[in-house]
Amino acid sequence: MQHILRIIKIALRYKYRLAFAYLSTIGAIAAYIFLPKLFGQAIDSVAEPILAGGKVETEILYPCILIILGLSVIRGGMSYFQTYLAETLSQYVSYDLRNSFYDHVQHQSFAFHDRHHTGNLMSRAITDVENIRMFINMGLVRAPYFIALFLIVAAILISMNWKLGLLSASFMPIVAIYTSSVRLKMRALWLLVQQKMAELSIILQENFSGQRVVKAFASEHHEEDKFEVKNSEVSNIYVEAEKLRASSMSFMLFTFMVAMALIIWYGGRQVMNGTMTPGELAAFVFYLQILALPVRMAGWVVNAYARAASAGERMFEILDAPSPVEERSNAVELENPQGHVKFENVSFAYDGGKPVLRNINLEAKPGEIVALVGPPGSGKSTIANLLPRFYDVSAGVIKVDGIDLREFTLQSLRKNIGMVQQEVFLFTTTLKENIKYGKENASDEQMENASSIAQLSDFIEGLEEGYDTYVGERGSTLSGGQRQRMSIARAILLDPPILILDDSTSSVDANTEDKIKAAMDNSMEGRTTFIIANRLSTVHRADKIVVLKDGRIIEEGSHDELLEKGGIYNEIYELQLRPQDELSSEVSK
Amino acid sequence: MNLGLGGMSASRGQADEEFFGSAYDQKVILRLLPYIKPFMPLVIASFVSMLIYTFTLVAVPWLIQWGIDNPIRDGLQTATDYKASASQAGEETNLTQLKELLSPHIKILNILFVVFIINAFTNWGTNYLQQYAMQRVGQGVLYRLRRALFGHVQKQSLSYFDKTEVGRLMSRVQGDVGQLQEFAALVVMSLGELLSLVGIVIALLVMDLELGLITMAVLPVLMTIMVIWQKYAKRSFSEIRTRIAIVNAAFNENISGVRVVQSLNRQQRNLEIFDEKNIAHRWSNVIAGRYAAGLLPAVDILTAVAIGLALYFGSKLVGLEEGQLLPGVLVAFVMYVQRFFDPIRNLTQQYTQLQRSMASGARIFDLMDREPELIDIEDAIDMPEIKGNIEFKNVRFKYVEGEDVLKGINLTMNAGETVAVVGPTGAGKTSIVSILSRFYPVKREEGAILIDGIDIRDVKRASVVSQMSMVLQEPYLFSGTVMENIKYNHVHVTDAKAISSAKVVGAHEFIMQLEGGYDTFLSERGANISLGQRQLISFARAIVDDPKILILDEATASIDSHTELVIQTALRKLLEGRTAIVIAHRLSTIRGADKIVVLESGEVAEEGNHQELMDKDGLYAHLYNMNFQSIEDL
Repeated sequence: MQHILRIIKIALRYKYRLAFAYLSTIGAIAAYIFLPKLFGQAIDSVAEPILAGGKVETEILYPCILIILGLSVIRGGMSYFQTYLAETLSQYVSYDLRNSFYDHVQHQSFAFHDRHHTGNLMSRAITDVENIRMFINMGLVRAPYFIALFLIVAAILISMNWKLGLLSASFMPIVAIYTSSVRLKMRALWLLVQQKMAELSIILQENFSGQRVVKAFASEHHEEDKFEVKNSEVSNIYVEAEKLRASSMSFMLFTFMVAMALIIWYGGRQVMNGTMTPGELAAFVFYLQILALPVRMAGWVVNAYARAASAGERMFEILDAPSPVEERSNAVELENPQGHVKFENVSFAYDGGKPVLRNINLEAKPGEIVALVGPPGSGKSTIANLLPRFYDVSAGVIKVDGIDLREFTLQSLRKNIGMVQQEVFLFTTTLKENIKYGKENASDEQMENASSIAQLSDFIEGLEEGYDTYVGERGSTLSGGQRQRMSIARAILLDPPILILDDSTSSVDANTEDKIKAAMDNSMEGRTTFIIANRLSTVHRADKIVVLKDGRIIEEGSHDELLEKGGIYNEIYELQLRPQDELSSEVSK
Repeated sequence: MNLGLGGMSASRGQADEEFFGSAYDQKVILRLLPYIKPFMPLVIASFVSMLIYTFTLVAVPWLIQWGIDNPIRDGLQTATDYKASASQAGEETNLTQLKELLSPHIKILNILFVVFIINAFTNWGTNYLQQYAMQRVGQGVLYRLRRALFGHVQKQSLSYFDKTEVGRLMSRVQGDVGQLQEFAALVVMSLGELLSLVGIVIALLVMDLELGLITMAVLPVLMTIMVIWQKYAKRSFSEIRTRIAIVNAAFNENISGVRVVQSLNRQQRNLEIFDEKNIAHRWSNVIAGRYAAGLLPAVDILTAVAIGLALYFGSKLVGLEEGQLLPGVLVAFVMYVQRFFDPIRNLTQQYTQLQRSMASGARIFDLMDREPELIDIEDAIDMPEIKGNIEFKNVRFKYVEGEDVLKGINLTMNAGETVAVVGPTGAGKTSIVSILSRFYPVKREEGAILIDGIDIRDVKRASVVSQMSMVLQEPYLFSGTVMENIKYNHVHVTDAKAISSAKVVGAHEFIMQLEGGYDTFLSERGANISLGQRQLISFARAIVDDPKILILDEATASIDSHTELVIQTALRKLLEGRTAIVIAHRLSTIRGADKIVVLESGEVAEEGNHQELMDKDGLYAHLYNMNFQSIEDL
C-alpha cells in the first residue's frame, strides 16, 4: 500500500492533468447515464400509442433523438479528454521514473552492480515501469470512473424499480470479486510463465553465444534436452493460465445472460401488471449493459493494482538503496594531485564475504610504476578498484597526497585516476566517440595521439571510414587485442596523474605490447602507474613489484631485488622462461 | 507488455526489422499448417463451439425482442383491455380474475425464461470450450515450433554463428515466436469478432431488411474514418516501438558498461543523452495518445447516429398490423447497434498485429529454410574408438569466398603425440583445429582430414567429436553448478570422476573454497568466479570423459604462470596415450612438444621439434627470440 501511495505521489506532480482527467470523467459519466433512460422514453413514445391502437407521431421523437445525439457528442468529447489525459499522465510518470531509476543506478557503486545483473535491472526498467504506468491509467484514473459508474447506475436501477434493481445489481459485486480473485491467481501464473521464460532465454542466450563449446563437445542433443524441459514447462503453465482466464470470462458472460433473463422474466410480469412500462423494461436492459463494463473491468483494475504494488516494491527497493560509496557532504575537489598514493592497513571484503585484502600497506611515490602480480583471486584487481572508490575499504585508509581519498568528491577523484579495466567495454558507436568517451572536448589531434600510443593508428587509418567506423554491439567487430588497445587509448586521452592498467595487454601479442610500452614510457613520465599483469615481460621494469597471495603482500621490491631473494617471484620468473619439460620434472619430484 | 523487448538488442538492428508487410501471407500460413495438423480435432471442436457461442450471443437481443413483442405485449394488452372493460362496468379490478387471464402469457414468459437460461448455459460451455481448445492448439503449435527452430539452429555450422548476432537469433526464437503467440490469440479473437459481426448483420437484416439497411448506413462512414485513422495511427504506434527500443538499448548499454562510465566520469553527460531519448519516447506517446483517444468521439457519435436512425425510421415502420414492425424490434436494434462497433474497432486495431505476426512468421521460416551445414551423409557410420592418428591431406579452407585461410595443408600427427601449432596472428592456427572438429564443413574437392585413416566427413559428426575435447581461449561456462559444468553433456560421468578431473587440473582447491563447493551455482557465464578459475573449470570439463584427442586453443592465456604449470604437469600425465594439439603463444608451453608446426599465411612453413627448428633459424627461431627479447634484455 505504501508503494501505491508513493506512486500516486509521483502522479500528483501533474495535479492539473490529473484534475482535468477527473473532471472529464465526471462529464463522461453524466452524459452517459442519461442515454438508456432516453432510449426507454423513445421506445415508450412509440409503444404507447401503438398499444393504445393509434399511430405514432414521429415528431414526438425529435427532441429525444436530438438529446441523444447531443449527449453522445458531449460524451465523445469527454471520453477523448479522459483517455488522452490519463494516457499522457501515465507517460509523464513513467518518464520520471525511468529517468530517476537510470540516474540512480548509474551512480551506484560496483558492489551494487555485482549483485544486480543488468538483465535484472533492465526488466525493472521495462516491465516494472510499464506496470506502474498501467496502474496510473487503469487504477488511478479509470478505477474511480468504474466505481462511480457502477454506483450511479445501480442507484438509478434501484430507484426505477427497487426489486428488479436489487435483483440485477446485487450479484454484480460477487461476480466482480470472483473475477478479481481469478485475476490474482492468473497473475501468479503469469509471473511463473515470465520466470520460466527468463530461464528459457538464458538457455538460448548461452547456447547461441557458446556455440563453439557446444560444437566442440558435440552436445547439441544435451542442449536440446535442456531446452526441451523449459519449453514444455512454459507451454504447460501457459495453458493453465489460459484455462483460468477462459473459465472466468465465460462465467462472467454467463451471469449477465442470467441477469438479463431475470429482468425479462420478472420485469415482464411487472409490465403486465402495469407497474412498469415497456420502455422502462428496455431501459433496464440498457442499463444492465452499462453495468457490465465496470464489472468486467474490476478484474483488470485489481490486477493493475497488484502489479503496480509489486512493481513499486521492486522499483523503490532500487531507488531507496543507498550507494555504499557515498560522497561526504563536505567533500573537497582533488586538484592537480602529485600522485602520491598510500594504502594504510587496508582490508576489504565483498559484501560481507570472506576478506579479499588483509592489512595491505603499500606506497607509490609520485611518478613511480608499481606492478602487482600474483595468482588469480589474490586481490590485485581489488586493489585497483579501491583507488577510484569503486568500492570502499572495509578497514584502513587509502591516501592520495596524504589525504584520505574519501575526503574528495567522487568526480574529481576519478577524473585524476585513469583506469584500463580487465574486461574491456566499448560502446556501440564510432571508434572516435569511444576513444573520446571520457573527454568529449578532446581535440582530434589529441585523440590521434592517444591512439598512436596504443598502437591503433595503423589499424584505424586502414579502415574505410577511419575513426568514424562504427563498432558493433559492444565492440564485437574488433578483436580482443584491438578492444584492449581502444581501452588503453581511452585512458591515455584523459592524461590522468594516476594510471591503473589492469591486465590491459593480455590479448595483445608480445610484439605490439612492446611497442605500446615503448610509446607509453614517454607518456608515463611523471605519472603514478599501477600495472597488473600475468606476463613478467610486462612488469619487470616497474620501480616496485608487489607480489600478492590470498589478499596479503608476500614480497615487495624491484625485479632484481626479488630475483635475488629467490622467493615466489623468482619461481614465477623461472616458470615463464625455462622449458616446460625441465620444470615439469622438477615440480613432479 | 511487449514494449521494447526486442529493443534489448542494438537500436540499429531493431530499426531494420520493423517493416510492414501484408496482414495475410499465404506462404506463412501454409508453412504453419503441418504444425497445426496434429491438433485438427481440437481446431474443429473450437470452431464448432465458436459458431454455437456466437449464435447464443446474437440470440439475446432476439429473445428480448420476442419476449417484449409476444408474451409481454399480449399480457399488457390483455391487462389493459381487462382494466378498461372493468372500469367501464364500474367494477373494482378483480386481481384473481386478472391473474387467471394473464396466466397463459405468464406461462409463455416462463418458457422464455427457461430458453433464456438454457441459452446462457450453452453460451457458458461453448465460450469456455472455444477459448480453451484454441489456446491448447496455439500453445501446442508454438511448443513444436520453438523445438524445431532450436534444433534447426543447432545444426548450423559455426560460420552461421560468426555472421549472426546473438541478439538477432534470440529475437528469432523468442521475439518472433512470441509474435506468433499473439497471432494465435488474435486469430481466436478476430474470428470471434468477425463471426459476431456477421451474426449481428444477419440478425438486423432478418428482423427487418429496410430498417437494417438504414441503420447500417453509418458503416461506410465508420470504415472510411477507420482507414484514414489507421494510416496515421499505425505510423505513430510504430514510432513508439522504435523509440522505446532506443531508450532500452541506451539503458542496457550504459548500465552494462557502468564500470567504464563511472571510471570516466560520464554520468552527467549520459543522463542528458538518456533524457533526450526518454523525452522523445514520451512525446511520441503523447502523439499516439491523441490518435488512440481520437477514435472514441467518432465511435460514440456514430453509435448515436445509428441509434437515432433506427429510432426515427423505426417509429415510422412500427405498428400492429400485418407487415409492420413490433416495438420490441426497436429495443433489439438499439442493443445490436451498441454491440456493432466493438468488433469493427477491435478488428482494425488488430490489423497491425496481424502484419507484425506475418512478418515474424516469414522470418522464422526463412531461418528454417536455411540448409543445415552440419548434417552427416546418409550412410554415415559411427566412428570406432579413436587411436589418434590425424592426417590433413592438402586441405584448403576459407570463411569468405576469395579469402583463403588455409592453402593446402599437409600434416601428419601420430597417435599419442603432442603437437604445437604456432605462427603469427591470422596464420590459420585456430582454423586448423576448427575444421578438425568440424565446426565448419570442408568441401570434398578441397582436401580431406583423416582420423585413423577415416575421412571425418564419412562418419557421424557426433561420434567423432564426442571422442575429442577442446579448451578455448575464452572459457565459456553455462549457468548451473560447478559440478554440472564439469560434467556438461557427459551426464553419465560419476561425481567422483568429475572431482578427480578437477583435482588433476588443480581446480579442486578453489572449488572447495567456494561457499557451496561443487554445488556452487555459477551465474551467467560464471561471472561470480575469476577468469582464471573459469578456465580451470573448463579444463576439468575437457578431460572429464577421457577424450582421445585434446585440443588446447590458447587455453592458458588467462591463467597465471603458476597455475599454468600445475595444469601442464597434470596434462603430461593425462596426455599419455592421447593425441594433443596445442596452440599457444607462450613459448614455454611449446618447447616440450613432440612436434612443432609453424604456420604462415595458411601454409605450413616449418615442422620439427624445438631443437631442429632453432637450428634451422627460420620463422620459429625468429618468433622465439622476439617473444623473449623483452625479458632477456634486462
